[in-house]
Amino acid sequence: MTTTALSRPAPGRLPAGLKPLFSGWTNIAITAACTAITLWLAAKLYAWGWAEAVIHGDATACRAASGACWAFIADKFDFFVFGFIPEAAHWRVLFVLGLIAAMIAASLYRAFWGRTLLITWVVALVFAALFLQGDAFGLTPAPLRTWSGLVVTIWIAVVALATAYPLGLILALGRLSQMRAVRLLSIAWIELVRGVPLISILFLASIMVPLFLPEGIELEVLVRAQVGFTIFGSAYLAEIFRAGLQSVPKGQSEGAASLALTRWQALRLVVLPQALKAVIPAQVNTFIMIFKDTSLVLVIGVFDLLGTFKASLSDPAWLGFSTEAYVAGAVFYFAVCFGMSLYSRHLETKLSRDHQR
Amino acid sequence: MKGFTAALLGAVSLACITPTEAGSTLDAIKARGSLKCAVQGPSNPGFGVPGSGGKWVGFNVDLCRAIAATIFGDAEKIQISALTTQTRFPALQSGEVDVLTNNTTYVMTRDTQLKFNFPAISFMDGQGILVPKKLNVKSGKELNGATVCVQPGTTTELALTDYFRKNNMKFTPVVIQSRDELTRAYADGRCDALTSDATTLAAQRSTLANPAEHVILPDRLSKEPLGIAVRHSDEEFRDIVAWSFNALVNAEELGVTQANVDEMAKSGDPEIRRFLGVEPGLGAALGVDEKYAYTIIKQIGNYGELYEKYLGEKTPLAIPRGVNRLYTQGGALYTPPSR
Repeated sequence: MTTTALSRPAPGRLPAGLKPLFSGWTNIAITAACTAITLWLAAKLYAWGWAEAVIHGDATACRAASGACWAFIADKFDFFVFGFIPEAAHWRVLFVLGLIAAMIAASLYRAFWGRTLLITWVVALVFAALFLQGDAFGLTPAPLRTWSGLVVTIWIAVVALATAYPLGLILALGRLSQMRAVRLLSIAWIELVRGVPLISILFLASIMVPLFLPEGIELEVLVRAQVGFTIFGSAYLAEIFRAGLQSVPKGQSEGAASLALTRWQALRLVVLPQALKAVIPAQVNTFIMIFKDTSLVLVIGVFDLLGTFKASLSDPAWLGFSTEAYVAGAVFYFAVCFGMSLYSRHLETKLSRDHQR
Repeated sequence: MKGFTAALLGAVSLACITPTEAGSTLDAIKARGSLKCAVQGPSNPGFGVPGSGGKWVGFNVDLCRAIAATIFGDAEKIQISALTTQTRFPALQSGEVDVLTNNTTYVMTRDTQLKFNFPAISFMDGQGILVPKKLNVKSGKELNGATVCVQPGTTTELALTDYFRKNNMKFTPVVIQSRDELTRAYADGRCDALTSDATTLAAQRSTLANPAEHVILPDRLSKEPLGIAVRHSDEEFRDIVAWSFNALVNAEELGVTQANVDEMAKSGDPEIRRFLGVEPGLGAALGVDEKYAYTIIKQIGNYGELYEKYLGEKTPLAIPRGVNRLYTQGGALYTPPSR
């Protein structure tokens, strides 16, 4: 930023940024070729995605057209969002999604950060889980096994992050602890979990856990998947937090101690804020990774958003529109993940500006 | 250290992957109040797909409903899990599901080594060949020198090679891993014929621009008996599964349909009267309601009706009934009589 602001605008008709693209015949040729290819692709994409696409209609109309079949996505849209949740409970799904969205929106503002927000999150998630299932409120039940579609993707990701974050912090502190037993246990947990792929943790959760449970107790597969994600996320976050904690100079905690802060106070007020701030990009990476990994739950029979996409591909009435489904899925995942990384960049600049002040 | 822990964990897990045998499956199902079935995940056209209103529909789903109707008198008391090919067997072994109604091919090793029982063969599939009608081919034996699209590294590819060698014919394979791309290659005319299991071919055909211009040849290159699987050493439940399925087929044989089942119950034919539980005996012998077969047909329909509804000529799949016709109509569908 600073360098561009200081440098004098280059003379000539072209803006400075474009100048290197047209310096010399080779560069002009390359620029022209790239522009042509981009335009050609854009035209193709426009024709496929919009001009020749079928937006209303049935599969026959789609097969006759040369463009995309958005009618398929529209027809299956309810299924993508609600999955197998009974129709009478659909409004509750929307309510829960709205609640989570509102909580996330509130959490984006630093003014709200604090203990109240944490407690509100816990209350909101517990309430959402009970409310969506409905039994506790005397509403049409929507048991956990019917949960599917968009709500599962969001739910698993949010709950996994909400539970893995504190657990990861504990593990990171445990790994840096002076107590041998605590340190070894934390190291064992972290290294074991990081040493196996998520999919095997999910298999373990789905197939092994029922064997260990006492007779008559059945844990829903969604809960087991959730536990798997929490375990997985905690180990990865723990290593990130450890990096953050180790990046804070020792002088900080010594300084805090000289101000008569207890070790807990020093950690909470002095070390942790700096440590967490230092590793924001890495944390967001993990968030994005966990969010995308939720699509793996399909292998253990839980239908997340991508699972509902895949399942609707074999509806006999709508066979053969996989491209549209995957494009729609890609757009959704991209929007969410890109949103996350934009926010993290914003947070980073904001917090570092605070630091400079 | 890490290696040791991993080895220990492996040993523990091996020790624990043995079928859980505490209590009978049937007692567990009754206590739970619903039957847990596996269908093929994410879904399988005609056999099990998510329908509107968040319910699974399809041929295999109705097999599950038939078993539930026998146990509970209510076909709706089911829980469907859609399991991938990687998870279906451990899921049955661990008791995650009670029964597999997911088009598992019944082969010897699955019966013996995996310790499953196959109480019924619900659908007889087999590798078929799809060709454009304009080729004017009536049998696979006329395909000498043809270019054939096939998925690589599968038993399908092996069976194809064997078939051509056996009949002293030559062919050029076009191998593509993805099923969708394979279908596209066929549609674009990169090969003369496409081979896969007949049910898969039917699904692939329905995605073509003009499905009516392509035909699945009558030749079958392999045997794929798709069965219903349960765990070993649970004879009571195995019988219930077997006779729920047999009721579907026997009803068709006896001419009992969903529409006429009430009328048929009044008929004088002793076989039909016994079958529908008008004259008691069969239900008690199985340990379920006397009218279990009546309930199945009333709530679901007979085998032929299910076939028509999900796989038959009026559906987009249009899979010819072929070998799955009753033995009385030239097929191979032959179940032991309910008596």
